[in-house]
Order: sequence, then structure tokens, then C-alpha cells
Amino acid sequence: MNSPRFELTRIPLFKRVVTSRWVPWLFMALTLPIFLLAILTGLFGTPAGSRNFGIIFVWIVWWALVILVMVPFAGRLWCAICPIPAPGEWLQRRALIQPRAGGKLFTLGWKWSPRLNNIWLQNISFLAVALFSAVILTTPFVSALVLLAFAALALGVSLLFERRVFCRYLCPVGGFIGLYAQLAPVEVRVKDAALCRTHTDKTCYRGSDDGYGCPWMVFPAALDKNTYCGLCSECLKTCPLDNMGVFLRVPGKDLQTTKGRRLDEAYKAFIMLTCALAYSIVLLGPWAALKETAYAVGAPAWFVYAIIFLAANLAIVPGIFLACAWLTRKISLHKFSLRRTFTEYAYVLAPLGLAAWAAFSLSFVLINFSYAWQVLSDPFGWGWDLFGTANWTWTPYFAGLQSFLQIPILLAGLIAAIGMALRTAHTQGVPSRAALPIVAFCAAFTMVLLWLYV
Amino acid sequence: MTKAALSYRHTHRFGIAASAVLLMLAAILVPLPAQAYTPRAHTLQINARAFAFEPGSLSVRRGDTVTLVLEATDTVHGLYVDGYDVNLVAEPGKSATATFVADKEGKFKFRCSVACGALHPFMIGELNVEPNLPFVRALLLTLVGGIGALAFFWK
Ligand SMILES: [Cu+2]
Repeated sequence: MNSPRFELTRIPLFKRVVTSRWVPWLFMALTLPIFLLAILTGLFGTPAGSRNFGIIFVWIVWWALVILVMVPFAGRLWCAICPIPAPGEWLQRRALIQPRAGGKLFTLGWKWSPRLNNIWLQNISFLAVALFSAVILTTPFVSALVLLAFAALALGVSLLFERRVFCRYLCPVGGFIGLYAQLAPVEVRVKDAALCRTHTDKTCYRGSDDGYGCPWMVFPAALDKNTYCGLCSECLKTCPLDNMGVFLRVPGKDLQTTKGRRLDEAYKAFIMLTCALAYSIVLLGPWAALKETAYAVGAPAWFVYAIIFLAANLAIVPGIFLACAWLTRKISLHKFSLRRTFTEYAYVLAPLGLAAWAAFSLSFVLINFSYAWQVLSDPFGWGWDLFGTANWTWTPYFAGLQSFLQIPILLAGLIAAIGMALRTAHTQGVPSRAALPIVAFCAAFTMVLLWLYV
Repeated sequence: MTKAALSYRHTHRFGIAASAVLLMLAAILVPLPAQAYTPRAHTLQINARAFAFEPGSLSVRRGDTVTLVLEATDTVHGLYVDGYDVNLVAEPGKSATATFVADKEGKFKFRCSVACGALHPFMIGELNVEPNLPFVRALLLTLVGGIGALAFFWK
């Protein structure tokens, strides 16, 4: 665990920003009105998606920002400024900026069930959204209802349970951001582990007059992966020894070890991989009948689509991978159980999946980004022209050049996956060749995407 | 591992990385054999309705002269070809036509350019200008890169 890292919090200005109690509040105070506008325009604005702020700013602008910028370069940064948990969190705290004495929370403070201390519910919530995506992505009213449901759920949960149970266990977006945040070149970590052992108060978990105990219910002193760290910066404020820091690090460092790999997280990787492939076929392919079927929720054909979609996510793609894991286990002379082999190698799909999502997103974000100028001036589609950009015409950016970005991204994802597959074999103490079936799976997946895009 | 073995391993891995990068460059740049071909002229009829192009896939060969005739059956639709910057707009009963030389090979998505309803952003078809050399190169690149990565991380 001695890979090089650079402590960003040694830069005085950076440190002042991340330890300021104002900064997270300021960002949320900025994103919350935008979020509310997205809901209002969805509910009351034009039903034409490409003319509606709610559709364009959530599914084009926000989505591009999250999957192409924030997740690859800063992991869970979005979670630190996300408006969805903000009202609930402010209510829990009965404070906006300065914490009350001891960082006390006002909530019923129920504990989350230990049996649900995993991301299965997030897997389900993501799949539920994904299944209806053809409608949610294109219909302002439905999109707004979904956002409203997230907000209501987050608020309700925060009144009953302690801390950020919604973000940690329920948010459909948080699950995959957490998985892919492990690839990010940024981390919040302890500076000197020895120092933590001398500090028995554990204010980073319990809270203090300076801040709240970790809202994400991780123990910052023992933090060793980004998956559940929301970058909220509370631990930087509550550590009396100034022993928490923000670091630049080797990208993907959390995935160098196979320690603590779990089936629920493995399934997150499968669901994300499968959805990237399914969307590339259904939404972006030249097969109109598929799109219409995915959109016709409730029709008999839709049920067939739904069954195939869910089966692909939960059984077919994991099943093919299971066959590869079976071979891998055979080559490694049955050193570990099939379940363990399957689970540990599934994390190899994290870089592959992120690359697939980046490639998928590039193919529609650039093409449709110019709608953003129109809806900025006319968010409801009511004929307003706030900034004089309402009549800017649709202009596809970099049309025909996306594949020159997609190919290197997919290749980088494959190379990272191959490196991880071999590393997993070495960590398990089995020869490199044991990873070959997994490598073949990753290469085949990449080639299918290339065939779809190029 | 001994110091000498470690240093051998480092040089060895540097060699693998360097060869892989060179081979990947070759996969991008090396001229691929071209078949002799006399270009033809095509007139391709495309029917647009919410939210489908019929046919959804078109195939021509590089150098062919392509005339696209777009007909809209239900409402106004457009047809924009990525990479060729061709844009047609047709109203029901009033078709639109554009002619261009398919001088770039590869797969080019074409999409509706006039907002026509919910699935409008996904109203997409594709124009294949054969031979699809970019795909061949992408596959070569992936193979070389993949094998290079295997060799690099192999122990
Ligand atoms: Cu259309």
C-alpha cells in the first residue's frame, strides 16, 4: 500500500476551501434551485423533451458532467454537492452551516438493518429506473416524477434514519458512482494511521462541535476505498489532530487489492456493463422497433423486452461471466470457490464498464448538447427568451468524430481491465493464465461495442 | 527477486510497452489493401415516421455518389448524416433530396434533425460506407493493445 500520493490539503487555499463549513452548503444552495427548476419544468413545461429544461439539463448536461468529468476525475464529487439529500440533511441537523453542539442530529435515528448493509437495494433501484429509461429520458413529466420521488424518499428516510441512509443504501445513482469512484485519482484518507490509534474519541465517526460524524457511516480512520466516501469533508473538520487529508493518487488504487470484494458490488458491475451495452443497442442502434418496444411501457411486447432486459442484467451477462470464472477456476486448480472466483474477478469490469458508459454517453451528449442553449433561455418551452439563445438551432458537435474518442476510451478500459484481471490472479496466488477466460470476456465485450459504434 | 532479475524485468516490460505502442501506431497508420472498384451512383429512398427511418441501415461503397430522398409520412422529420454534414428536412407529401459523394469510409449515424416527439433524440439510422476500414483498424488496435497489455502484466 505504498503507492505514491500527493496531499492536496497541503495547499493552503485548497485546505481552506475543503475545511470551510460554507463550501458544501454553497454548492448545494446552487444545485438545489437548478434541481427544483428541473422538476418544475418537467411538471409544468412543454412535453417536448428536447425543448424542456428538465430533460436537457438532467439527462444531457448533468449526466455528461457526472459520467464524463466528475466520476473519472474526482469520484464521488457529485455526491458532495448533490441537492437531493440536502433538505433532509438540513432538517436532520436543524442547521445550515454551523453544527449544533457535538454535531447532534435531530431525527428518529433508526439504525439501518444490518441485513441490508449492502447495495442490493441500489442495484434494484437502478434497474427499476433503467428498465423505464426510454420513457424517463424522453418524457419531461415522468422524468420530473422520478426526481420528485428521489427527493421525497431522501427526505423521508432522513427523518427516520440516522445520517445519509438514502445516499448510502438507496440512491440508484450513488451505487454506480461508488463503484467507479474507486478508479478516480482522488481520495480522502488518513494522513498517518499511527496517529489515529492514539486518538480514542473517534470524533470522525461520532461528530464534534466542529462537524458531524461521517454522514456516510464509514469510519474515516479506517477508510481504504472510495466506494462509500461521499467526499463531504466532515472528517476533515472533525479530526482534532488534523490527520485527514485529500490526496491525489494512482487512479484505480482501491482496486489493486481483492480484499473485501462482495457479490452485491460485483452485481453492480454487471448491471452497469449490461445497461451500457443494452442502451447502445436499443437507444442508439438503427433498430426502430426496439426503441418503440422499450418506450411502449405496458404493451405486451414491452413485457417481453422487460424480461429480456432484466434477464440480460441479472442472468445472461453474469452467466456468461460465470462460465469464464468456471474456466478460470479450473485453470487455477480449484484453489477458491466458484463464488469467490466469480466475485473477485467481477471487479475487473469496473474500468471496462466506466469506459463503456463514457463511450455511450459521448455518442449522444455532444450531438444533443446544443439543446442546452435553447432551454436555458426558455426552460419551460413557453416561448421565453431570457438570454437571447432560445432560437439557437440544434447543432451536433463533433458529429462523425465521436468514434475517434470512443475507440481510445474503450481501449483504455480494456487495458485497465486486463491489468486488473492479471493482478487478481497474482493476488490469488494463481498463474497469469488463469485470468485468460476473464480477459477473453472483456475483449469480446469491447469488440461488440466497437462493432456497434464504429 | 534479485536486483539483476528486477532490472531485467523492468527493461523487459519497457520493451513490451514500447513494441505494443509501435504496433498500435502501425494498426492506425498502415495502408490497408484496397480492392479495385468503379464507383456507382445510388438513389436511396428513406421513409421517415415517428420514430423510425425505413430502411434504418444503408450501405454504399466508398466513392459512390449517393442521392438521398427523404419522405416524411406523419409529420416533419429531418435527416442529418454525421460526418457528412448533410441535412434534409421533409414535410408529409413534400420530399427532400440531397446528393453527395461518399468519400469517407466507415459507419455514419444519421438522425432526425427536427424535434418530432418523445423518441426524437433516438430516431437514428446508419449509413455504412464500405469497406469499414475504421472498424478494421479499431479491431486491430484492440487486439494489439489487448495482447500488449497481457504481455505487459503477465508474470
Ligand atoms: Cu423525427
